[in-house]
Amino acid sequence: MRQSIRGGDLISLADVSRDAIVEVLDVAESFVEVNQRSIKKVPTLKGRVVASLFYEESTRTRLSFETAAKRLSADVLSLAVASSSVKKGESLRDTISTITALGIDAVVMRHMASGAPWQVSRVVPSIRVINAGDGQHQHPTQGLLDAFTIRQVLAERAGTRGSETGSELFHGLRILIVGDIRHSRVARSDIAAYLALGASVTVCAPPTLLPTEVSSWGVEVATDFESALAQADVVGLLRLQVERGSGGFVPSLREFTSLYGLTAEREQLLQPHALVMHPGPMNRGVEIDSSVADGSHAVIERQVANGVPVRMAVLYLTVAGGEGDL
Amino acid sequence: MSTFIIRGGTVVHAANSERADVLVRDGRIIEVGIKLDGTAATEIDASGCLVGPAFVDLHAHLREPGNEAAETIESGARAGAVGGYGAVVAMPNTTPTIDSAAVVGYVYERARHAVIDVAVAGAITIGREGKNLAPMAEMAALGVRLFTDDGNGVQHGGVMRRALRYSSALGVRLAQHCEMDDLAGSGVMNDGPLAARLGLAGRSALAEEIMVMRDIEFVRASGGRLHFLHLSTRRSVELVVAAKADGLDVTCEVAPHHFTLSEDRCASFDPVFKVHPPLRSMADVEGLRLAVARGDIDAVATDHAPHTPESKDGTFDEAPPGMLGLETAAALTWGAVNGDAHAFFNVLSRRPARVAQLRAGELGVRRIAHGGDVAPGEDASLVIFDPSDSWTVNRHALQSRALNTPFHDMVMTGRVRGTVVGEPVWLNGEFR
Repeated sequence: MRQSIRGGDLISLADVSRDAIVEVLDVAESFVEVNQRSIKKVPTLKGRVVASLFYEESTRTRLSFETAAKRLSADVLSLAVASSSVKKGESLRDTISTITALGIDAVVMRHMASGAPWQVSRVVPSIRVINAGDGQHQHPTQGLLDAFTIRQVLAERAGTRGSETGSELFHGLRILIVGDIRHSRVARSDIAAYLALGASVTVCAPPTLLPTEVSSWGVEVATDFESALAQADVVGLLRLQVERGSGGFVPSLREFTSLYGLTAEREQLLQPHALVMHPGPMNRGVEIDSSVADGSHAVIERQVANGVPVRMAVLYLTVAGGEGDL
Repeated sequence: MSTFIIRGGTVVHAANSERADVLVRDGRIIEVGIKLDGTAATEIDASGCLVGPAFVDLHAHLREPGNEAAETIESGARAGAVGGYGAVVAMPNTTPTIDSAAVVGYVYERARHAVIDVAVAGAITIGREGKNLAPMAEMAALGVRLFTDDGNGVQHGGVMRRALRYSSALGVRLAQHCEMDDLAGSGVMNDGPLAARLGLAGRSALAEEIMVMRDIEFVRASGGRLHFLHLSTRRSVELVVAAKADGLDVTCEVAPHHFTLSEDRCASFDPVFKVHPPLRSMADVEGLRLAVARGDIDAVATDHAPHTPESKDGTFDEAPPGMLGLETAAALTWGAVNGDAHAFFNVLSRRPARVAQLRAGELGVRRIAHGGDVAPGEDASLVIFDPSDSWTVNRHALQSRALNTPFHDMVMTGRVRGTVVGEPVWLNGEFR
């Protein structure tokens, strides 16, 4: 277990400690304030170069990382994989060597293959590698921003600041994660973060969409979705990849929705204080009804807004090693 | 041809062993006994070593023709010699596939000057596509005795059953790569909780076991001889052991990586640990080790599968499956047999030689017989193995052209001092 991500890579949340996660959340909180200033920029990463390398399409994660890097005054080198030499068959290793030769300090990467960031960190150990999602493995900054959002909302309700509470607000918190956990890197990172912070996590999905022996991860498996909803303090939904619906993991999207969708009727079962989260992009009408997504339980827009300060915190801690003015 | 004497070793016979010298003249063992007269013979010191029949590998991918950047017959044979092998069976998943007499003839031509004997396995179906039977009789006439679509299992039950029937009249044996494609899917490592955590697609043990079950029933129903390649689970071995008890002519092999490394290695996402069938759970690793020690396994076979560094450089998903094995198999097998020298030579030499029919002399481009007793009159296929020599694997120091050994930096106990194929070909760190 790593006690801090300072000066290191961020590839997975499975190997970082509670203290390391709390540190990121605390730093992110101070960056929320930066983002509320009229001039939303600090000189922390001035002179540093951050490359963003997305082998898979992404709108919010890429924009969020690039915005975070720019607000820290880093130079951002953005490689559009679709129109680059990668298209011409260049290997991951050669692409990394090439951009390394341009003198970068960090690479933010998304790749369709699980483990791709480990390959990069082996090739260029001197460059910080930040995983923006690898295959079905991990999406650590999403896990961090989800944890940050929960703490932020609960702290506000308690009339305090999240950084005053450490991981306290997670103790005894019941978090339910619903949907395609098997294929979800977000679920893997969320579960790692929530468990490290002391929450109790329950998963609920058709058995074909649960990972093999998921209970060995330290989570409960709920078979009754509706009673699990009634007990949850937080409900995390996941995007059902439409191709999974027709690809045989469930008979149809319609059947999935009828059994596991968070419909307006099921929303009635929630406790009044329960939070509803979704990492986006949503399939409205599949895993979540439109009215629920826009309803009073949902904190989905907050999640999006928190992406920038959390990624600023990650870049600040990994690339600058937590040194310099905020 | 030369005369030489291997002096002071422990000669391991099928049932007993003795401290004895071995006198070889013109490729044949002349005398085995104590303090033999070595006048006019070159002396080879084997004190502290085991002397037994040179190893036989049923499963080596020598990559020629088609992928000479990864390995050639020449370099693969050198790797075999260093590993103590007197003969290796070259797998047919080349480009083009070894599925005709013409390609067998080409491989023989390339193998004629290899440092050790090379036997060839032909494909069961044309192009290893699992559809139309390859001309097995035509290849058998050239000395081919094993047929396999290795790399692929023969998926279609009707085709496999027909292949077993057809081959039963040819005096040959089929060898199956057991993995049902529909169950293995696009999996890249053992299916289970670790794969789930790593987000890597799993290849189920069932994909292997169900094909083992299916093919055993085909042999029971239709006859034929069948060898099961690289079994990776305890259950697969149990199935084959039960089939043998029923009197079926089935044999099986396991690979050193499967009884040495568990799936945990995949957590590094290093493609050097990607192989088909995949590295399994620790329970399977221990089960296979036990099966080797107990004699449930006919052969330890390497599944030596060289790949260029470029091809193993990508992500775990993209990298081709396979790992080197010829130069590390002996030490790893020695570790598994708990010091039982008879079991050691049984699984590395005597029984695989029987499976591949290498016990008779000259055939194809093979010069001598293998896997026989260390006794006067036998061909000199011999290995000198030092069971206490400790060494560290260095992928850059291997004979193979490729670097993809999963054992790099690992300390091994037991090392081949010399390999004799009629004459010494590898001795004390040098080719002769």
